[in-house]
Amino acid sequence: MSEAVPLVSLLGDTALLLEAPGATSLEAQRRIWALAREAQTWPEIAEAVPGMNNLMLTVHQPLPSPAGVIRRLQEAWPAVVPLALAGRVVELPVTYGGEGGPHMADVLAHTGLDVDEVVARHAAPDYPVYAIGSHPGYCYLGGMDPRIATPRRHSPVLRLPGGSVSIGGQQTGVSASDGPSGWNTIGSTTMCFFDPSLPQPCLLSPGDTIRFRVARVIR
Amino acid sequence: MIEILSQTALATVQDLGRVGALGFGVGTSGAMDNLALAAGNLLLGNAEGDAGVEVQVFPFDVRFQAACTFAVTGADCGATLDGVPVLPWWVCAARAGQVLQLRPPRVAAWRGSRAYLCLAGGVDVPVALGSRSTQLRGAFGGHAGRALRQGDVLPVGAAGAAPRAVGFGVQPAGLVEPLLQDGLPAIRVMPAAEHDCYTPDSRAAFWQQPWKITPQSDRYGFRLAGPSLTPTVPLELRSHGIVPGVIQVPHGGQPIVQMRDAQPTGGYPKIGTVIDADLWRLGQAPIGSQIRFVACDWAGAQQASAWNRRYLDDIRRLTALYRGLRDRG
Repeated sequence: MSEAVPLVSLLGDTALLLEAPGATSLEAQRRIWALAREAQTWPEIAEAVPGMNNLMLTVHQPLPSPAGVIRRLQEAWPAVVPLALAGRVVELPVTYGGEGGPHMADVLAHTGLDVDEVVARHAAPDYPVYAIGSHPGYCYLGGMDPRIATPRRHSPVLRLPGGSVSIGGQQTGVSASDGPSGWNTIGSTTMCFFDPSLPQPCLLSPGDTIRFRVARVIR
Repeated sequence: MIEILSQTALATVQDLGRVGALGFGVGTSGAMDNLALAAGNLLLGNAEGDAGVEVQVFPFDVRFQAACTFAVTGADCGATLDGVPVLPWWVCAARAGQVLQLRPPRVAAWRGSRAYLCLAGGVDVPVALGSRSTQLRGAFGGHAGRALRQGDVLPVGAAGAAPRAVGFGVQPAGLVEPLLQDGLPAIRVMPAAEHDCYTPDSRAAFWQQPWKITPQSDRYGFRLAGPSLTPTVPLELRSHGIVPGVIQVPHGGQPIVQMRDAQPTGGYPKIGTVIDADLWRLGQAPIGSQIRFVACDWAGAQQASAWNRRYLDDIRRLTALYRGLRDRG
């Protein structure tokens, strides 16, 4: 049971945001997944979208007052049974360093580790997919070794290719399509994460697991 | 079918947006001025959410490859058909081969920055994840998942071939219901989660000072220039869902309003959110112009949405009435 009350705020008049109390954890995320599944069935709710230990609910219009939804969320939070999604494990072969990992040197400089150590620490864990967001098919992952955490870049790279494997602060992720990014890119993979022509357009869903496999290290 | 003759681009196919795909990481997209697109569609007898062409860089020229009934709504851009002026927000007929030209928006009683070319039958590109709107980041939806280019040919829905009544129009919402605060266009905003985390001076400045729309503003977001907004302590947030209208404040202290192509998640602190009913007002504010933010609550936002709804319902009713009279005459 979670005793602390989650904070619920308004995102204008079309959405609400619930923040799980406490430090970011997989346990709290399982509660978020469960709450998302339940809230999705409420008649006022258009879409329930999990984030990193938080949940956004978009509402059907018109809704004369958000008070009912807020009360229901706060009541449901301690009551839901955390959902231990047992998803698929997807292995991604990664080429670390070289042209596809232009910021490896910055990560080495910040962490004081050498290439082999960074690669080993990055490829070691199984990374649970907490949520999908940012851009089509992109996965927010938990579980990165804090030893390789590296702050976001001062100015974003304007166009990073899809498949870039990057570190931003305490998080790691793989961009699903070309676009700007403020993260440090240390490698690349060729996996296709998103196909809008499919009924389930995302390769991965919350609860799935990513495992990075070292395909090659370019020094 | 219409053919794009202009070399410049940034025009995109948009409808009223993609609903229900946030969980795939897919933002809503959709017309920056949803009222103008919906109004144009209703005038033409289309469904309110049919797709049109959003034009934001001018001049913009198209050739009608077949006869077509159309309306140009949004900004008044001095449109001409084969050189003959056509009224904005007015139902017109084009013959096959005629060229429609849109010029830079005029500084009129109501000044907008985006025009909508609405076609009877709608722009009939394939529906992708429930919408015809262009998803630029995902490179899908709209026409080939990208902005339009010279030589592109857009299909028009089959319903467009039927003859439609022409020669009538409506007033833009910006003229019917202007919203000003101390002489500047006003945008209604609800405080967001981190509003109270800003210093009293910053909060006062946010609500009282004018904000300039910088050239680094586009369909993704409007970057504003004004007084620097400072939190009382540095804020680090976890990535969370956001919607168009959310006003984020990056560490530099200058706010960014998320617009229709916004990502579905973000992590910067949020000082407020533009109410849904006023997103079109901001979407039409030209680069370099100034706006003010006005505090609003949930009930006020719902009233504003109800006004928008009535405005469109009136257009639907008047259009049906006019068509009925024409048919009897």
